[in-house]
Amino acid sequence: MKKQKLVMVGNGMAGCRALEELLKIAPDLYDITVFGAEPHGNYNRILLSPVLAGEMTLPDIVLNDFDWYRDNRITLHAGKKVEKIDRVRRTVIAADGTVAEYDRLLLATGSTPFIPPVPGSDLPGVLGYRDIADTEAMIAAAQSHRHAVVIGAGLLGLEAANGLKLRGMDVTVIHIGDWIMERQLDRVAAGMLQKALEDRGLKFLLARHTEALVGGESGRVAAVRLKDGMTLPADLVVVAAGIRPATGLAESCGLHVNRGIVVSDTLQTVTDPRIYAVGECASHRGTAYGLVAPLFEQAKVCATHLAEFGIGRYTGSLTSTKLKVTGIDVFSAGDFTGGKETEEIALHDPAAGVYKKLVVKGDRLIGACLIGDTADGAWYFRLLKDQQDIREVRDHLMFGESSLGDTGHAGGNKAASMPDTAEVCGCNGVCKGTIVKAIRENGLFTVDEVKKHTKAASSCGSCTGLVEQILASTVGGAYKPTTAADKPVCGCTDLAHGAVRQAIRDNKYLSIPAAMQGMGWRTPNGCTTCRPALNYYLISTWPHEAEDDPQSRLINERAHANIQKDGTYSVVPRMLGGLTTPAELRAIADVADKYAVPTVKVTGGQRIDLLGIKKADLPAIWADLGEAGMVSGHAYGKSIRTVKTCVGSEHCRFGTQASMRLGVALERMLFAMWSPHKVKLAVSGCPRNCAEAGIKDVGIIGVDSGWEIHIAGNGGIKTEVAHFLCKAGSDDEVKQIAGAFLQLYREEAFYLERTVHYVHRVGFDHIKQRVVDDPENRQTLYERLLYALKDAADPWAEQVANAAKKRAFIPIRLTEPVSA
Amino acid sequence: MSQLYDLCALDEIPRQGSRVVEAPHGDVAVFRTADDRVFALDDRCPHKGGPLSQGMVLGHRVACPLHNWLIELESGEAVAPDQGCVRRHEARVDNGRVWLSIEG
Repeated sequence: MKKQKLVMVGNGMAGCRALEELLKIAPDLYDITVFGAEPHGNYNRILLSPVLAGEMTLPDIVLNDFDWYRDNRITLHAGKKVEKIDRVRRTVIAADGTVAEYDRLLLATGSTPFIPPVPGSDLPGVLGYRDIADTEAMIAAAQSHRHAVVIGAGLLGLEAANGLKLRGMDVTVIHIGDWIMERQLDRVAAGMLQKALEDRGLKFLLARHTEALVGGESGRVAAVRLKDGMTLPADLVVVAAGIRPATGLAESCGLHVNRGIVVSDTLQTVTDPRIYAVGECASHRGTAYGLVAPLFEQAKVCATHLAEFGIGRYTGSLTSTKLKVTGIDVFSAGDFTGGKETEEIALHDPAAGVYKKLVVKGDRLIGACLIGDTADGAWYFRLLKDQQDIREVRDHLMFGESSLGDTGHAGGNKAASMPDTAEVCGCNGVCKGTIVKAIRENGLFTVDEVKKHTKAASSCGSCTGLVEQILASTVGGAYKPTTAADKPVCGCTDLAHGAVRQAIRDNKYLSIPAAMQGMGWRTPNGCTTCRPALNYYLISTWPHEAEDDPQSRLINERAHANIQKDGTYSVVPRMLGGLTTPAELRAIADVADKYAVPTVKVTGGQRIDLLGIKKADLPAIWADLGEAGMVSGHAYGKSIRTVKTCVGSEHCRFGTQASMRLGVALERMLFAMWSPHKVKLAVSGCPRNCAEAGIKDVGIIGVDSGWEIHIAGNGGIKTEVAHFLCKAGSDDEVKQIAGAFLQLYREEAFYLERTVHYVHRVGFDHIKQRVVDDPENRQTLYERLLYALKDAADPWAEQVANAAKKRAFIPIRLTEPVSA
Repeated sequence: MSQLYDLCALDEIPRQGSRVVEAPHGDVAVFRTADDRVFALDDRCPHKGGPLSQGMVLGHRVACPLHNWLIELESGEAVAPDQGCVRRHEARVDNGRVWLSIEG
């Protein structure tokens, strides 16, 4: 079949991103031709400001060089401006007469600086600020001229002014508004920013209107005259008074234009479905975006339609702003001015140059404006975007994500001011410099890409916030945070965890191949992220029916033991409630002797760990332990781990309840329970809480009248105190309530989501309604749990008893070779 | 010079799984893919020596269990952006038996 022809007009960030996305999913569908008015490949326009400031060079900001077009067999006409589109013959015609036919046409013409119609605006020395040519002209002017005037104190104007100042010019910024960056900052924040910029030598004239640009004897601009009569010397005038979507070409061929080329949710122009538009030139639901994050979202949706997948709609974006002036941190997002029904939380330290304002409506954060300390910008933006309930954290909101009780890696430091040698990821030993270099050299835009290239944040994940900040400060506005709820499971699919769970339930998929095929997985066998997730979703949704695929489990769950760094394993037998017997201890000691176990350790979960065991010895050790009546402790699984108990009223002078009895009963009930992530319980016999129930997924504390049940605590990377759920009178009631909560978690949480994150995502009320307020629902949840756990077998005994399973642990010895 | 060994029946290696072979020079991992092809590599990831035999088999690749490096089963090379290579050995299936040849 003859390939279809795709022509793209405009060779900027949005368009090229659409092509990249398209090539990823349908590499051979089109013959692609690209026209770009600039004589370059695709570069990161956002980083022109660091180039102007002398912090980066032009080669640093190239995203797709000419080789990329060649390697992807894209015909690039760089430096050829398209002048005409013939929609009847389906051709585009460039200024030099080059003609290209299209089956589909993608318009990505971007925007042009708006130059106000004042006399003299066409003089030499008057520039917009848009592309490499403008930047080079400014750099050249700074070498031979002295006075610069920037008209407009928006983001772009201030970045231009800062760059020109750093290049030695005397710079004055003229602004129509009463304060600078009025679309992003309130008056207080703007005043602080202005002062910081004035300290660097910039001059400001606010609430002034330009009357005319006056030419000098050489014909070049020489002065700017204001309406109040004031005249400023000016050898260079940079006009940064806003941008206008570049729609001339679209209009000339009859496409509907209304402050941008009007497109639908599929990014097709409303006039001609063969023609698409993305980027700054497009107007979607009345908005033409000027920041890059939304443009990338558009590019992705557009690509799926060009690839004829027919999925995905673009429904608009929420944007945030960061100013790229090194040393001055500014962040703003959402509605930062507020109004009637809103409240403001503010912190203002003029001497330190810090101002933070958070705008809250009800229990939601709706806007943020930060100066001086923007470390938590990404976090606020996430809260804002996700519409998260902030009631629980409101007291701490102002002090940032790190105040919520993590161990200090979550991004409390200022990413931008960290030295390159500072370690970011302690697990993989990755420094900031390595991350920045990888981002720049490989053109990375997402945390996932950074993880893949540097391994930072790919292990325990506690530095993800910091990596996010480094990414944000390196790529500027091009960074777009994603959220767990809408993020695809992995690169094998576009579906998020929630959608995958739903599909498995709706379509009753019972095996991984069936699920992958039904949901249109892109890879034949998935990856190490999606396969374990799918396996869990299948067996938790359809217990006793779905196939449990051992090959889709990670090594620990497949080997029923924990792999150690030298490739040996550890064995932890179960000790219900932390109780053991002389016979069990003797069996453990015998095993340790017989197999020369190098390390025997008491674990934090009140049991004994045998470390340094060769894989081939595992079945024999399990058999020996099994003879003494011991079973797997599941210390290796995303599963029930331990129920830790204190001595309780059976022995303790202070104990009010029999904590050991309840702990043993709970652990027995939950035996072999698979879950989205590991699950730990604790039962304390009195409020002294020696079993540390306050940091467990389910923590139970004995009081005089019965038991208090707490949920969603965590003692790991991010210490989180469990929340009080309700009281219970009897052991059976505790079992029912704890069981119902865990079943809800098993049914609703995303794979690898601990209870703390799950409850944070769905809200505490959601749990309470289903588990406490609705006794009927509680009972059915509890019954579903018991059904799922019915007849649970000891996995160790299973491996020992089944010859085929056992064989997998034993290496093959080579016999005589057959031939030489 | 290479030595050819009659290793085991194909069914003794789980599909999308592997077995470890004790070879004179060290352990070799023999993998069986979803499409019933077999591949053999030294059982040491080029990154930190992780046992590749314990990794997840994805198509014609294996993910190291320690740090999730992806290794091409056919060539033994790490998938970009990682760089490295592990020694490969000739393996094939004939009449339901797995044959492995190891350079002597």
